[in-house]
Amino acid sequence: MANAPVTEKKDWATDQEVRWCPGCGDYSILTAMQLMMPELDVRRENTVFISGIGCAARFPYYMNTYGIHSIHGRAPAFATGLAMARPDLDVWVVGGDGDMLSIGGNHLIHALRRNVDVNILLFNNMIYGLTKGQYSPTSEVGKVTKSSPYGSIDQPFNAASLAIGAEASFVARTHDMDRKHMQEMFTRAHAHSGASLVEVYQNCNVFNDGQFDSISKRSVRDAMLINLTHGEPIRFGAENERGVTIDRTGAAVVVEVADVGEDALVVHDEAQPNPAVAFALSRLASSPNEPTPVGVFRAVERTEYAGAATNQLAAAQASKGPGDLHALLRSNPTWDVS
Amino acid sequence: MTDVVDAPLGREVDRVVIRFAGDSGDGMQLTGDRFTSASALFGNDLATLPEFPAEIRAPQGTLAGVSAFQVQISSEAVSTPGDEPTVLVAMNPAALKSDLGRLASGGTLIINEDAFDERNLEKAGYVDNPLEDGSLAGYTLITIPMSKLTREVCADLGVKARDAERSKNFFALGLVSWMYTRPTAPTLDWIDQKFAGRDAVIAANTAAFKAGHAYGETAELGSHVVSVPPATLEPGTYTSINGNTALSWGLIAASQQSGLPIFLGSYPITPASDILHELAKHKNFGVRTFQAEDEIAAVSSAIGAAYGGHLAVTTTSGPGVALKGEAIGLAVMLELPLVIVDIQRGGPSTGLPTKTEASDLLMAMYGRHGESPLPIVASYSPSQCFDAAIEAARIALVYKTPVMLLSDGYLANGSEPWRLPDVDSLPSIPVEFATEPNHVNDAGEDEFLPYKRDEKLSRPWAVPGTADLMHRVGGLEKAENTGNVSYDPANHARMTELRQERIAMIANDIPLTSVEGSEDARIAVVGWGSTWGAIRSAVRRLWADGIDVAHIHLTHLNPFPKDLGEVLARFDRVIVPELNMGQLVRLLRAEFLVDARPINKVMGQPFTAGELRMEILGHVNDLEA
Repeated sequence: MANAPVTEKKDWATDQEVRWCPGCGDYSILTAMQLMMPELDVRRENTVFISGIGCAARFPYYMNTYGIHSIHGRAPAFATGLAMARPDLDVWVVGGDGDMLSIGGNHLIHALRRNVDVNILLFNNMIYGLTKGQYSPTSEVGKVTKSSPYGSIDQPFNAASLAIGAEASFVARTHDMDRKHMQEMFTRAHAHSGASLVEVYQNCNVFNDGQFDSISKRSVRDAMLINLTHGEPIRFGAENERGVTIDRTGAAVVVEVADVGEDALVVHDEAQPNPAVAFALSRLASSPNEPTPVGVFRAVERTEYAGAATNQLAAAQASKGPGDLHALLRSNPTWDVS
Repeated sequence: MTDVVDAPLGREVDRVVIRFAGDSGDGMQLTGDRFTSASALFGNDLATLPEFPAEIRAPQGTLAGVSAFQVQISSEAVSTPGDEPTVLVAMNPAALKSDLGRLASGGTLIINEDAFDERNLEKAGYVDNPLEDGSLAGYTLITIPMSKLTREVCADLGVKARDAERSKNFFALGLVSWMYTRPTAPTLDWIDQKFAGRDAVIAANTAAFKAGHAYGETAELGSHVVSVPPATLEPGTYTSINGNTALSWGLIAASQQSGLPIFLGSYPITPASDILHELAKHKNFGVRTFQAEDEIAAVSSAIGAAYGGHLAVTTTSGPGVALKGEAIGLAVMLELPLVIVDIQRGGPSTGLPTKTEASDLLMAMYGRHGESPLPIVASYSPSQCFDAAIEAARIALVYKTPVMLLSDGYLANGSEPWRLPDVDSLPSIPVEFATEPNHVNDAGEDEFLPYKRDEKLSRPWAVPGTADLMHRVGGLEKAENTGNVSYDPANHARMTELRQERIAMIANDIPLTSVEGSEDARIAVVGWGSTWGAIRSAVRRLWADGIDVAHIHLTHLNPFPKDLGEVLARFDRVIVPELNMGQLVRLLRAEFLVDARPINKVMGQPFTAGELRMEILGHVNDLEA
């Protein structure tokens, strides 16, 4: 796909009126995507966005590429079929936390374990938006919504932990208030061969407004966002005064660098085959009210699924020759009647 | 292949029906299958009915664990596995108990007497040993210590007694092969190939087979020898085929005739899994098979592949179709080609996974929310599954629509001789991908309208990778032509009508109703699916008695042939035998206001020709009264 024609943001936008609520976090994600695309050496006609159902799932209508707005939860399965049939395409999957982690949880984990080359963007707003405000599989315990007037009693999923547990080869997190960081994560996901999951913390200003304010507002980011940078000790804070170590139980813990010394800090290694540390890092925050890691948790090389399937076809053709229907029909014992 | 048939020629008959029954672990399916193959190579026409429990290892020796294989071999054309077996091979008391009722009166019983010990008798619910209490007096009883004889003949080979006993089904096969003058070479060759590398198994099975074969001679069973001469079949090259294999090969043929690679998204389910197994073998044909995480992912992946320009297929049985319903509705909305194969089984719910039933017709027709019509094709015999698969794929690809292809457990596992088609004469399936814009807008610019229709009311198939035709499809209602999301009331009505109309129009492109039988017949028997063989036999028996009855068998269930209503109106009575509680009969009554009468059977078994003949005769008498 090299040498794609030069494009700009507007080439990636459709003429369709964007119908998210004014102020929705999805706008900034869309903008980040439309700004990033021209920077990748890709063609619009080789790009496909596939979504399920939900607010986030309207995304494909606004990208001037090929696209399928499919059914609730199944986008990773549609994408898997398309990516296997057409390994020449760039396939993106977009969905929300209800779509991907509730009704579609099964398809998400299987797409990740198979490592089919699709880029999965999970817009996590910790609420059901399109059905008007029920608790979601990422809503915190105690969340009061229309369907949980006495507070949710559901233990939420941690999307990054789930993905790492599902053998994902690429897991990252970003948020809708930092366009540059989103573009960086989307670019990394695109470059990765295999399934990549990017969790995007996204504000729903109608049903869950301000859910991420305590970590994503500009004024608190230094103190509350832990940027994961490959090869560097994990530090954060206005003065980089805090860091992350692994304790005796294997848990990642936030420490004052002055107390433990820089050598005690975890040096982030996104390419580490053993997922234990990445998993521990994903558990650092149980809700967006604590210091929360963003960036790439894990990026390891593993056999890509569609390529493996294509290789099997090529190997079968090399060993058996191209299919011969006449011979196939005679592959079991035959007899002649004259 | 050399062969010595050293049995006497015996009495010549034009057909026999043999039923092999034993415990699930006794290898009855394999025994029946080998006997069938030898008979096919010998030149008989035949039809088979494998029946086995859903459990992989059902409790040994029990009625629930009985596995049986029935085959009719004939010197004439046959289309059913036979109503009543004339020979029952029973390897244990449970098999005798469960299947004796099917045996024709005066039929021959071949019994492994070693299995009739106290424990097995008790498990089968026998108080007294039926071999000794005179209860089998109405049959020709041949009791043989098969286990013991097999152990003995294997002892010289150094095979352990326990292992040797597993070969007792080959003893039975050898004996029955001798009694019915089957050639032995195909079976001996097959043993060598099947168990290649396992010399002890080859030796034991070969020895048991030969011992069984020789036993007939030694025990002076010569008076039981029966020969069934080869049938006069149309000249050609034949192979023995079951429905699932024929269906798989038909899909491969459709792939070759359309020039599109197959993508199969499937999730294992009885009795459809063998299609996945078969297609997974043929990657050199460019077949991609994807064993998905569930039924929904299976159909969804196929729709994804269809969007990418592949011949997309998903295979399943009734429970899987239920799960796929929402995604099939999306395919209706997207107007993409997709073949959905439903190998029907007894329902509802898990029902009877290994038993046949044809009760998914109304689900195929209506089992989705909203108005979501799609074409339905049904296969009617094991070998015809090949043609039905090509036809389903043709309609899907030419009309850009999901198509339901209905088969059932009986067709899937039953086999028959198949005269191989000349692959060069198979119809080609024209497929066109859109390559350029199809519209000039008011500003004079070229644009692509993904829902602009052709004369077939099909929309263009523009696959990703095609420059300038980028477009988005989805489940929300489409505006006519542009395909943009539309909530306009008039547009929804228009699109609903168009979706209905474009499926109805397919009636112009399928064969007219074919009526078998006399023009003067007052009664038409209208069937679909696997009832074909039994209806055909029943009707022919009536013809032989001088009774005019017509047979109409529908391969296209939506839309119907365009002359069907007019044809049915010519008859005084329309009767509709179905392996369900009356599904086609409802469609016919609703569509044509015809007073069609049902004949229903839901016992997990196909109709027999005899029972259908009686039912039809009842209508004949009723009309004449």
